[in-house]
Amino acid sequence: MKKIISMTVLNRPGVLNRITNLFSKRNYNIESISVGLTEQEGVSRITCVIHVESDREAEQITKQLNKQIDILKVTDISDQAIVARELALIKVLTTPQTRNELYALIEPFRAAVIDISKDSLVIQITGESDKIEAFIELIKPYGIKELARTGTTAFPRGTQKPVNPQKTYSIV
Amino acid sequence: MLQQAAMAESKAKTEMVTGADLLLEALEKEKVEVIFGYPGGAVLPIYDKLYDSKILHVLPRHEQGGIHAAEGYARISGKPGVVIATSGPGATNIVTGLTDAMMDSLPLVVFTGQVPTNVIGSDAFQEADVLGITTPITKYNYQVRRIEDIPRIVKEAFFIATSGRPGPVLIDIPKDIAATVSKPPEEQEIKLPGYQPTVQPNYLQIRKLSEAVSRAKKPVILAGAGVLLGQASSELKEYAEQQQLPVIHTLLGLGGFPADHQLFVGMAGMHGCYASNMGLSECDLLINIGARFDDRLTGNLQFFAPHATVAHIDIDPAEIGKNVPTAIPVVADAKEALKELIKQNGKPPAHSEWLEQIHKWQEEYPYHYGESDTLKPQKVLEMLYEKTAGDAIVVTDVGQHQMWAAQYYQFKKANRWVTSGGLGTMGFGLPASIGAQLADPERCVIAVLGDGGFQMSTQELTVIKELNLPIKIAIFNNLSLGMVRQWQEIFYDKRYSHSKIPIQPSFVKLAEAYGIKGYEINTAEEAEVLFEEVLNSREPVLLDIRIDPDENVYPMIAPGKGLHEMVGVKP
Repeated sequence: MKKIISMTVLNRPGVLNRITNLFSKRNYNIESISVGLTEQEGVSRITCVIHVESDREAEQITKQLNKQIDILKVTDISDQAIVARELALIKVLTTPQTRNELYALIEPFRAAVIDISKDSLVIQITGESDKIEAFIELIKPYGIKELARTGTTAFPRGTQKPVNPQKTYSIV
Repeated sequence: MLQQAAMAESKAKTEMVTGADLLLEALEKEKVEVIFGYPGGAVLPIYDKLYDSKILHVLPRHEQGGIHAAEGYARISGKPGVVIATSGPGATNIVTGLTDAMMDSLPLVVFTGQVPTNVIGSDAFQEADVLGITTPITKYNYQVRRIEDIPRIVKEAFFIATSGRPGPVLIDIPKDIAATVSKPPEEQEIKLPGYQPTVQPNYLQIRKLSEAVSRAKKPVILAGAGVLLGQASSELKEYAEQQQLPVIHTLLGLGGFPADHQLFVGMAGMHGCYASNMGLSECDLLINIGARFDDRLTGNLQFFAPHATVAHIDIDPAEIGKNVPTAIPVVADAKEALKELIKQNGKPPAHSEWLEQIHKWQEEYPYHYGESDTLKPQKVLEMLYEKTAGDAIVVTDVGQHQMWAAQYYQFKKANRWVTSGGLGTMGFGLPASIGAQLADPERCVIAVLGDGGFQMSTQELTVIKELNLPIKIAIFNNLSLGMVRQWQEIFYDKRYSHSKIPIQPSFVKLAEAYGIKGYEINTAEEAEVLFEEVLNSREPVLLDIRIDPDENVYPMIAPGKGLHEMVGVKP
């Protein structure tokens, strides 16, 4: 199953190395990792998408990350209401015939064309990973020349609806 | 006028300090008594300052020996072991020791030299990416980039190494930073917002555990090295007595609970005793205090403690639930958790049948060995135990002799046992005994070694002579890499591939070459006489003990088997 782990870290030299090292040392499978600055000076946010076999494994990863001295906070946000976005840049081959077709595909996905040349155009698309995957599938037949994805970045929504209401109640 | 200016200048000069000055000042502040270090190009500025320092500096004859000695020192003294190595090969030579300390949670503060800042990354002479290499094998590591950070970094390093779950911390110091002259920097506070180990247990979890103990029919305590690192052995004894709980030890936990106590069961695991392994297999409540459910302890996890509710007290939350699903997690220091449990003063469980059962197992299936014409290693260890009244510090290497020592030397007190458990590092024993003796100079230290492991650190004999450390080096010589030979005998159809080493130097003559007295022992009678003579002497002695080369360690659990599937439990 897929898990999204969000963490804040001290922006010190080697901190990303510590995290990726931990993943390889413990044999964890990482799908994407994105890093960027936050509103606090000296603090960065890292969002990892990982593949795990069980919840226990996800818990173990969270705990191991938490142990790292440069990591301030680790949260498994997979089961929370979250906003998650990824950005992709796609260079697609075009001919005068296909160019208009491509524009028609781009519009419903709210993607944008950010560069055009004689025989190709560059599309920028943001959204959740599923949406980007669907778009890439759609574009593939036209011939993708180059593709760059940023990996997911995410955090919890301001208002949390109870996602998994507790089913059992105890009166003691 | 001119004279005044010159005086002012010289005054300013005396106030200036180098990075190396700051480093030594910081070490003195941490009350460091001994440094295990090896000089080299990149640490010359530091060594120049060490020339005038009051701190004892021990020069091992290989950096790996130095860091193992620091581990032995840390294990016995409870204080962090301090190591200095130069850049490049000096640093890479301590990698094994760092990993060993990381696995066995030993506090170390290790300084490595680095090439000057302006050539880092240029593949300079004796340059190695020490931060990159040591990140996965240290609790934390630093590279000093500004001279004014040295005091804070050293302070933080000692704090990180010794607090929470202890471990090695490395500080990489470029040569120019150590040599730079600067004004004494302003004091900086420790800044570690992401590091707050939990020491106090959660009260509700303690109550839950206490209630589980009262209800249990077959409870056991499994005590690991956390009890020793947390200096909680007296609390463990008090709690076990209050609740009448039988105590099982891991290999590294030995000494945490007195072996002559009626509640002591024995060591568990691959070569543990029958009663301990059956106790773990049959118990209905397993209270793990400071052990990490290592695979050599649990055997096949599928069959591990199948009937038990598992409670786990550990200062490292990541250890709880890592290998064994845990019903009652308690994140805390062992000492604090045990104090709270004692305070609960819960109703002791009604489990007299269980205690009887354990005693029956102990009586029916004790450790055993056969008699023969050749000298049995188990016999030798029994003799060492008797002659030292069980109060010596026993330091071992890795292999058969290590298991026999764990089985036959009955540890009654904490801080008497030094062994490489998690990493199983051959060559550990001899240098570790140097650190152990320095940590407790008056006590008898016995280095129980194999002929294989001894030859991995022979060069450290010089250090023992140099410091005249009265270490008793007992080489259990079976002319083979015994544990490898044992596995080849059992699992590889007696195909002894490269495990027999009949061509050896004369260890007695070798000892003499280093200026140490050496004796060969072939019989129990010889051992009897010699032990009497040498164990109380105040000088180093090497004993080449020729043991039965075909002796195996039993009982044994084959890899992949459960704890209940021991072989060799009966003669």
